[in-house]
Amino acid sequence: MRAEEVSKAGGRSGAFIISARKRKLQRAVQKAGESALLLIASFVAIVVLFIFYFVAVDAVPYFQLRGFSEFFTSSSWYPADEPGEFGALAIIYGSLMVTLGSTLLSVPMGIAAAVCLSDILPFSVRQYAKPVIEMLAAIPSVAFGFFALVIFAPLLQTQGGPILMWAWWVLAAPFLLLAIIVVSDLLTAKIEDQNKRQQLSMVLLAVFGIGALAFLYWVGSVLRGLEIITGTNALNVSIILSFMALPTIVSVSEDALQAVGRELREGSYALGATRAETLVKTILPAASSGILAAVILGVMRALGETMVVWMASGNSSHIPEPWFNYLEAVRTLTATIAGDMGEADQVTGSARYHVLFAMGLLLLVISFFSNLISERIVVRQRKILSGQ
Amino acid sequence: MNFFRKILFSAAVLGLMSGGTAEAAGKIVMDGSTTVGPIAKSFAAYFTKTTGVQVTVSESGSGNGAKSLINKTCDIANMSREMKDKEIAAARAKGVNPVEHIVALDGMAVVVHHPGNRVNALSRAQIRGIYQGKYTNWSEVGGPNAKIVVIQRESNSGTQDSFKELVMGKETPITKNAETQASNGAVKNRVGSTPAAVGFIGLGFVDNAVKALKVDGVEPDEMTVKNGSYPITRPLFMYTNGPATGVVKQFIDLKNTPEGKRMISELGFVNR
Repeated sequence: MRAEEVSKAGGRSGAFIISARKRKLQRAVQKAGESALLLIASFVAIVVLFIFYFVAVDAVPYFQLRGFSEFFTSSSWYPADEPGEFGALAIIYGSLMVTLGSTLLSVPMGIAAAVCLSDILPFSVRQYAKPVIEMLAAIPSVAFGFFALVIFAPLLQTQGGPILMWAWWVLAAPFLLLAIIVVSDLLTAKIEDQNKRQQLSMVLLAVFGIGALAFLYWVGSVLRGLEIITGTNALNVSIILSFMALPTIVSVSEDALQAVGRELREGSYALGATRAETLVKTILPAASSGILAAVILGVMRALGETMVVWMASGNSSHIPEPWFNYLEAVRTLTATIAGDMGEADQVTGSARYHVLFAMGLLLLVISFFSNLISERIVVRQRKILSGQ
Repeated sequence: MNFFRKILFSAAVLGLMSGGTAEAAGKIVMDGSTTVGPIAKSFAAYFTKTTGVQVTVSESGSGNGAKSLINKTCDIANMSREMKDKEIAAARAKGVNPVEHIVALDGMAVVVHHPGNRVNALSRAQIRGIYQGKYTNWSEVGGPNAKIVVIQRESNSGTQDSFKELVMGKETPITKNAETQASNGAVKNRVGSTPAAVGFIGLGFVDNAVKALKVDGVEPDEMTVKNGSYPITRPLFMYTNGPATGVVKQFIDLKNTPEGKRMISELGFVNR
């Protein structure tokens, strides 16, 4: 009977009075749980390492066979010939060109949209607008590619000039307007007399405005006169890729802007700052690390995208002439891997097979280093912001 | 111990799944050329309807077809070129004995935009000049003043190999400026929507959107392909592992039946 009582008591207050044996058991369970979690967490890292390892293992034989110089300095890509030529310079250039183009388009648009969503639009509108933008991410890339190839490319060929002119007006006009206002304000800020200052700034605005209009018109007419011979070119792909990168950039940087919090915003207003000043001087710097992460994600999306570039970039492995000509067809690393994979098989190919892995390794290395750099910047930014 | 048994079991299941291709009766797996694809597909539809045998057709390019046959993942490899010595050697090394069957003849049409391009005929030397980058403007070969957009096929393609062999010759590489498209249909669409483009596709793919040029003065059609006067003509192949037997033989022999011949010529190819 006593034994029964003891066991009852032990059962009830087991959390407090623990036998040595029970404690051991608990420790063991705890250790097991922790190591299981560690295993799962490290699994992801291990997968990345394995990918690096296996890609590198198949990439190294290429460099052993052909050395480094041809791959990085020649732009003759004739893998199917006997003997093949494996100059990837033009292909690397094509990848960088398309990535840069899409970044130039998507980053300003994406950040502007994120700012608009988080700080300018009323909450109710944002609730609807954000999911719609995020839906862009759900469209499969082959659908984007199909659109680019079947609809956008012919459109660029027939209506390319006017389209470019309108895009130039729509995109450049607001930026120029903003720039003019800021510049004329800055130039007149030193003048004490308020009347004089207003008059002068009006004059400056008018002068700059006419200059800007002339500039807009001039560039617009040049663009209008352009004849786009082939619609499957770097410009087409850059535009489509920028749309594909947009939802990532908007969504992640909007989250970063939201995370800045009400206190900073209200503090800034309390110091007498306008909404624009608060945005530019307080919120954007405070959210900059998150925005940078968003940008990197967007860039990686553009760099790694395969289907769209394979379908719509034209896939011609040459460096455009002149080098900044986005109206020529280019070929990217990803598209080359996708396109040449079939023939270059272990059974029959040697350098031809391994060169694709070399390209894959190059892509991995590029994304690894850009991630690393962005991580460093984020850490530094956080330190600065926290006042260390 | 139990764990290991499980792993062994699942490995065995996987092995069965990957090893047991279509060898078993009642199913045929085909892979390879996008040019031979239409023939294979209409044969397949007809064959399934009449015999009830399932036929799967993948179109991943002649090179991939050869690869699949070598790796024993298909019963019939469709190819728009002959198997290369290297591929045959690789097949032998894996215990596969490729046997060729010619299903049809195909003229390769050199196509331009219709009606945007007034060029109607080119010589083979002119086509070679365009593809090696010697001529970059249509005015140099009797056309309007527009830059030529050269379109080729990817390196996987049997059509590309045949074009290189029949038009370019061994020593002249295709210009770096040439754009690449991944199938006959894609080339046709690009040429059909680009006034300044030139491409090459199987005769069966020519439709109203594009114009097939006379080559060396010969119009590409059934007759000129059959009698060999059209210069860019090639046979289309189906390869099997060893001589065809059973349903696979029955399938390939379709090409000799009146129904098979009708399908081949309806698709724009030429009976042998």
